[in-house]
Amino acid sequence: MREIALHILDIMQNSVAAGSSRIDTVLTAEYETGTLTVTVEDDGCGMDKEMLEKVADPFTTSRTTRKVGLGIPLLKASCERSGGNFHISSEKGSGTTVTAVFGIDHIDRPVLGDLAGVVADMSAAFPSMDITLKLVCGTKQFLYSSSQTERILGEVPISEPAVVKWLKDYINEGINEIFGGVLSEITG
Amino acid sequence: MKSLAELEEIRKNTLDQIKMRKNKDGIRIVVGMATCGIAAGARPVMNALVEEIGKRKLRDVSVTMTGCIGVCRLEPIVEVYNADGSKVTYVKMTPEKAARVVAEHIVNGRVCQDLTIGAAEAAEKAKAADN
Repeated sequence: MREIALHILDIMQNSVAAGSSRIDTVLTAEYETGTLTVTVEDDGCGMDKEMLEKVADPFTTSRTTRKVGLGIPLLKASCERSGGNFHISSEKGSGTTVTAVFGIDHIDRPVLGDLAGVVADMSAAFPSMDITLKLVCGTKQFLYSSSQTERILGEVPISEPAVVKWLKDYINEGINEIFGGVLSEITG
Repeated sequence: MKSLAELEEIRKNTLDQIKMRKNKDGIRIVVGMATCGIAAGARPVMNALVEEIGKRKLRDVSVTMTGCIGVCRLEPIVEVYNADGSKVTYVKMTPEKAARVVAEHIVNGRVCQDLTIGAAEAAEKAKAADN
């Protein structure tokens, strides 16, 4: 995966497969530690201790088509490559939280990528779920919620092309506002 | 800075179009978006589909995503569900091929045979026979 956004998309798909009704993604940039922390939290079916212990092993997967699952191992490797770390916590029946920490200025940190596109497209693809995005840097914050958007839209579906395009622009503005000058690839 | 009030504007503008569309069966395009698809470049393919459909102002065509379709070596995979319920599976997609599928299949109803899973598997078989 070349972008953090693609990792997030991949982890979100796990949440969908777990039957979640909400997926909350938070990105926090911290000057003091020089880290970018990404958490993806869902209220899906979760997993038991046994599964949790081996979930970062590429030869573990819940899918039935093949015996390998690479989403989580790839993210873990990506974090560790950039001087960060990876953690996953879960409880059977109540949900899963994936925490990925990257070193902001590490040369091997993947770029943020098209996060706005990922969040807008996921909102459109899974209209019954509440997909939220929170960006934090110091005292600055940006919040997005797909269910709040749907409340404003009323009977117009969130998957309407004009809506998706607007959402992408809206979230991109948030990213530039919060992370401009903080992540080197975002000029703000 | 964009405000949520603009959404209200979009809502008003699209409401009439939606009411007109309700009764028509549309074409559904599904892109495989699991680890295998994403790593193989499914995002740019999906973006190209959406862009091409937007450019041509096609109504009654939706683009959405799904998990692993099961043939990861042929990703990115795009499935087209026609209005009559039949399905065509396109494999090893690129943004360029995606634009072609929209032009030939979605707009003109001509399936791009050379991009289908059937063509890819026949080619693989022929290659294996040669060896």
